[in-house]
Amino acid sequence: MGLTSHSTGIRAMDSQFDIQKQHAEDKVIALAGNPNVGKSTIFNSLTGMKQHTGNWPGKTVASAQGRYEAHGQSYVLVDLPGTYSLMAHSVEEEIARNFLCFGEPDVAVVVCDASCLERNLNLVLQTIEIASRTVLCINLMDEAEKKGIRISPDVLSQRLGIPVVTTIARKKTSLNALTDAVWRASQVSDSWKSPVTYPKPIEEAISLLLPFLQEKTGSRLNPRWLALRLLDSDASLAEELTACLGHSFLENSRLKSALTQTSNLLARYDIDSDTFRDMVTSSFILRAEELCKETVIYERPVYQFRDWKLDRILTGRLLGYPAMILLLAFLLWLTIAGANYPSQALSAILFWFQDRLTELFHFLHAPSWLHDLLVLGVYRVVAWVVAVMLPPMAIFFPLFTLLEDIGYLPRLAYNLDKPFQCCQACGKQALCMAMGFGCNAAGVTGCRIIDSPRERLLAILTNSFVPCNGRFPTLIALITVFFTGISAGFKASFLSALLLTLILLLGIGMTFVVTWALSVTLLRGIPSAFTLELPPYRKPQVGSVLVRSVFDRTLFVLGRAVAVAVPAGFLIWFMANISVNGTSLLQGCASLLDPPARLMGLDGVILIAFVLGFPANEIVMPIIFMAYLAQGSLIDPGSPAAMKLLLLSHGWTLQTAVSMILFSLFHWPCSTTLLTIHKETGSLRWTVIAALLPTSVGVLLCILFTGICRLLSL
Amino acid sequence: MEYFCNLSQLSPGQYAVVRQILTTGAIRRRFLDLGIIEDTEIICLGKSPMGDPGAYLIRGAVIAIRAKDCRQILVHIPAADGRESDSSAAFAG
Repeated sequence: MGLTSHSTGIRAMDSQFDIQKQHAEDKVIALAGNPNVGKSTIFNSLTGMKQHTGNWPGKTVASAQGRYEAHGQSYVLVDLPGTYSLMAHSVEEEIARNFLCFGEPDVAVVVCDASCLERNLNLVLQTIEIASRTVLCINLMDEAEKKGIRISPDVLSQRLGIPVVTTIARKKTSLNALTDAVWRASQVSDSWKSPVTYPKPIEEAISLLLPFLQEKTGSRLNPRWLALRLLDSDASLAEELTACLGHSFLENSRLKSALTQTSNLLARYDIDSDTFRDMVTSSFILRAEELCKETVIYERPVYQFRDWKLDRILTGRLLGYPAMILLLAFLLWLTIAGANYPSQALSAILFWFQDRLTELFHFLHAPSWLHDLLVLGVYRVVAWVVAVMLPPMAIFFPLFTLLEDIGYLPRLAYNLDKPFQCCQACGKQALCMAMGFGCNAAGVTGCRIIDSPRERLLAILTNSFVPCNGRFPTLIALITVFFTGISAGFKASFLSALLLTLILLLGIGMTFVVTWALSVTLLRGIPSAFTLELPPYRKPQVGSVLVRSVFDRTLFVLGRAVAVAVPAGFLIWFMANISVNGTSLLQGCASLLDPPARLMGLDGVILIAFVLGFPANEIVMPIIFMAYLAQGSLIDPGSPAAMKLLLLSHGWTLQTAVSMILFSLFHWPCSTTLLTIHKETGSLRWTVIAALLPTSVGVLLCILFTGICRLLSL
Repeated sequence: MEYFCNLSQLSPGQYAVVRQILTTGAIRRRFLDLGIIEDTEIICLGKSPMGDPGAYLIRGAVIAIRAKDCRQILVHIPAADGRESDSSAAFAG
């Protein structure tokens, strides 16, 4: 649910190499590391930016940039996606590798988890081989110390031949060591290192290629690394190499003859391409193991079985699913119960202010149409959006962020992998789905954590089957008005939460059904391998979670909703007040849409509201109220009781409410989400399908439900 | 006193040593990136609610792997008293 202007930004993917230097002498620092090692926390501390961090792998789906200053020097810090290796097996690895290789960063910083140094060193060794100046930053030292892990950074620095610093990213002062090391590293002239020695046949093959490569690459690429890639016949590199070294490079006859020699050599040793890769990767792993033996002391067993205790409950056979649903229901209950009073208070204040505005307009002798347009048209919609949306968001977002910070989300993917596997999809889709609860656009961007293109497409197309936070207020309002009663007691809020949970479960269930249907029709294929790291549970940083989720997410989403509500208010007012042949434009459109809407158990106004709510789902309910109000009766829709009266007077029944809930759960994604889908898939066809899928499901369900209701009452 | 099986056959709490990765291509490379090579020690920590995937402790990190993929990893389970290597102490249960 990385819902910030960064992650939902349209240019996230294409801005990879677009380094925003302010001065030519700015140094570019690349921040690499395994997923979930606190890379983003370091990035945020140094740059003062609020890039969202979450305790789950693959958080940084797009590379972010920020600036910081130290020692009178300006730096541009580039946060690369978290990866385990640079062998370009996935989109993220390719982004990270290409930036380290061809983005020409002045210094590459590799952030490591001190508790898990051995596995992390694999990436460090690979980075040293690619980048000319590398700094190793061993982070989370406090956690490691608690586990009795002692690391000798000096010995490690000596063995690796690069600066090594230790940090505690949550303690800002500990980052001074890092900025010092980066500054010193950027001062030395660059030199290529060979951190790993490969088995003899590979070293022989490298030495056959080296003379030519040293001559051609100059200081741009490490010839040794390039030799390995050429021996590996790494196809993912051809384009970049051509761009970097010129067209003639790969076509050079000397290179070709040298490559023939090497392939003969490797064939003599009986090394095929799989064996070659095994040998190279194993060399890294074994070297990492060796380095750890020399530099890390475990005072007691690192991982004890009791560390898994919480997971025995949260991912247990009996309790895993109930715990998941209870957690969801609890979250929703806190949101509904907690938002009740603030919502009413806010609404009272905002509508009190509306009356004062009216008085002001009268005092100024403003024309009445201006008052109607600005106050009744625009202000009232905006007030409604703020009063209804702000409190639930201000509660839900921090709670969800806490859950994320603790590290529960990967467990969600772990629990739900089997059902997704049955749909021929990837368990990580559960993560994207959870992000979708916050914002579907963010969820769609988050689908990048899924490696297989087919499974990623499945996740993208089905993401809007779970309602985003913009749709919660509509659902909550309908539940409160029609099902649980207007009283704000404990029982009512509990029942509301339960119903909302059921609605969300319906969305999740439909996600499975549609995913399955797609994977047996349009997107047939074999599921790819699934590996997911389950990071340790961590104590959440409550303070920063609050700040981050309120300012980054809540205000951002609210801002977007208000930005859409203002023009929508204008539009609705004009549509309601411009009449042709005695009927207003709004009435005309509504009656045009009325017949199909009736078939679905809705009415023309509701359908128009969904159409006009295309830029942001938040304004669907306000538009309905505006349209009803514009048609005559003028009551204050601030209180649930008044809301119910208004809706009933326009022919709503329980069945209308259910149809409306179904349709708000399943209809076209909002414009932001569709734009994001288009950007992520790069295809108009899939974007259209992504819009048609939920819409047709919604229309069908509504017609079915209404039909059954009508049959039963006959 | 040791016998061979594949990783998916490990029950929670059981410890094994990797002998061979049977598959090739992308899955093999994914395993290698996670540090799964010959002689790597793995402990099965648990299984997800529907029994698949399982959670495994590999080089200090907990990794979830599907049973289907685990069948590609051949392991041997040493006898209970056979934990002679010093690094296995780091993974003791």
